[in-house]
Amino acid sequence: MGVSAGYGEYSISPLDVIKTLLGLQTDNPDYEFVIHTLRLPRMMTAFLVGIGLAIAGTILQGLTRNPLAAPEIIGVESGAGLAAVSLIVLFPSVPLFVLPIAAFLGALITALLVYGLSWNGGSSPMRLILIGVGVGAIASAFTSLMITFGNIYDVSQALVWLAGSVYGRTWQHVQALLPWLMVLIPISFVWARELNTLNLGDDVARGLGSAVGWQRGFLLLVAVALSGASVAVAGTIGFVGLMAPHLARQFVGTAHEGLIPTAALLGGLIVVLADLLGRSLFAPIEIPCGVITAAVGAPYFLYLLYQNRNA
Amino acid sequence: METALTTRRLTLAYDRAIIIQDLNIEIPAHQITALVGSNGCGKSTLLKGLARLLKPQSGTVYLDGVAIVKRSTKDVAKRLGLLPQSPTAPEGLTVRELVAQGRYPHQSWLQQWSEEDDRFTNQALAITGMGELSDRPLDSLSGGQRQRAWIAMALAQNTEILLLDEPTTFLDLAHQIEVLDLLYDLNQTQGRTIVMVLHDLNQACRYADYLVAMRQGQIYAQGNPAEVMTEVMVQEVFGLKSRIVTDPVAGTPLCIPISKKMAVNQSYLASGS
Repeated sequence: MGVSAGYGEYSISPLDVIKTLLGLQTDNPDYEFVIHTLRLPRMMTAFLVGIGLAIAGTILQGLTRNPLAAPEIIGVESGAGLAAVSLIVLFPSVPLFVLPIAAFLGALITALLVYGLSWNGGSSPMRLILIGVGVGAIASAFTSLMITFGNIYDVSQALVWLAGSVYGRTWQHVQALLPWLMVLIPISFVWARELNTLNLGDDVARGLGSAVGWQRGFLLLVAVALSGASVAVAGTIGFVGLMAPHLARQFVGTAHEGLIPTAALLGGLIVVLADLLGRSLFAPIEIPCGVITAAVGAPYFLYLLYQNRNA
Repeated sequence: METALTTRRLTLAYDRAIIIQDLNIEIPAHQITALVGSNGCGKSTLLKGLARLLKPQSGTVYLDGVAIVKRSTKDVAKRLGLLPQSPTAPEGLTVRELVAQGRYPHQSWLQQWSEEDDRFTNQALAITGMGELSDRPLDSLSGGQRQRAWIAMALAQNTEILLLDEPTTFLDLAHQIEVLDLLYDLNQTQGRTIVMVLHDLNQACRYADYLVAMRQGQIYAQGNPAEVMTEVMVQEVFGLKSRIVTDPVAGTPLCIPISKKMAVNQSYLASGS
């Protein structure tokens, strides 16, 4: 992360980065501006967004018992994207701070729709995924429609946001996201035990005395809030919620008490790294970190599909 | 007779399809009860109903004389453990992690993991002979070991009543006997009430104190295996001709099916049966 703060179009040596962060005097007064105003909030946003998406993905994979579940798979990210793009294209004059709220509501409505449609006297994991994919596809189709018919200037703005980027994020963005995480992360830690039980399947979980129906609903809400808040700040950064839990499982196994914090940390690092790569690969052109995570994540998703072909 | 579970006019259905209608049964406490019947007769459905996994369309299941739906699901889980048919665990889950899940109903927000939880987990691992394998992932074990791990989870739950849906499916004969012996031991040494769905009639007769034969969602016959297990019952419940003889090892009834296609041994006819 020190590298991420130092590296960029305007390079700062790692030592100077540490000095600046600790408030020590450095040779160049510009360093403070670059690090504190430009790079640090951007990096923090990337890190927090990664945490939010990773925990959301971990929860979704646990409660659907499906290793392919993630916020982008059950349509939550598409729903948030549609809401935000609609706002940008239909009401271009609306102030920017409304965007995150719209994205969050879009995610929530999509999740409620998916959950409602998949509820059939109970909620089967497979139904949830299938309907999620379907609703997500519909939301994406409407998003494309908006982009086709929208005003060219508004559309280009929407496209940047859709690609998922932490470009130009400030301390305001960090402040917008942090309260959500401060509430939702402890909740997810406390509910890790319930996730372990749900992970054994409905019948076993019920047999153990778990109130499966409403616990799944509540955890779904937590996952939606986490991904909605993250998408609201940085757009649709795909595959982080899918990859981070899988990587974390390699380190700490399947028990959610260890899995959630590990996945969170890895998710944060993935987005920070993706942003660093996006900034440096073809500098001075910046590639949105959502494009980087997709470039790495999509093949990984195919690999997981291939691995699960017999399951 | 002391009863552990009782149903009154229990009707169970999936969506609109009624599987079991107005069924009354009394499961004896501290005994082994086996549910048998042909495929689709409703024996697994009844087990789910008894375990409050399936909400009755009408009628009631009573646990300790109290309607099971009136008790909190965690309270029920302290009295009644369940092993569904071929359960699956997430990839990479270790035996110990699985068995520890059995302690779930005994924990709360305030009381997370206690010494007692540790004790019952270790005990369950020891009884099932899974102690040495406790750190192995479940998916690296054989079918028999895996089944024992799941039974260990149900044991760690430390419930007086254990419901098992076909605990011996997919196991070879030696492992089937191993699992049934384990359940028999639990019943004999700790007086636990065991209710299980079994496919093998002869195993059911050998291990059960109380045999329940089901047909089309109804109880066809119930009682001591020696009384229930008759050639007429096998004919009516399974649509199969058979001879019932005495198991030379256990002295319990032994069902020998008579094939429609293959010739019957001449010496069998000569014996005048």
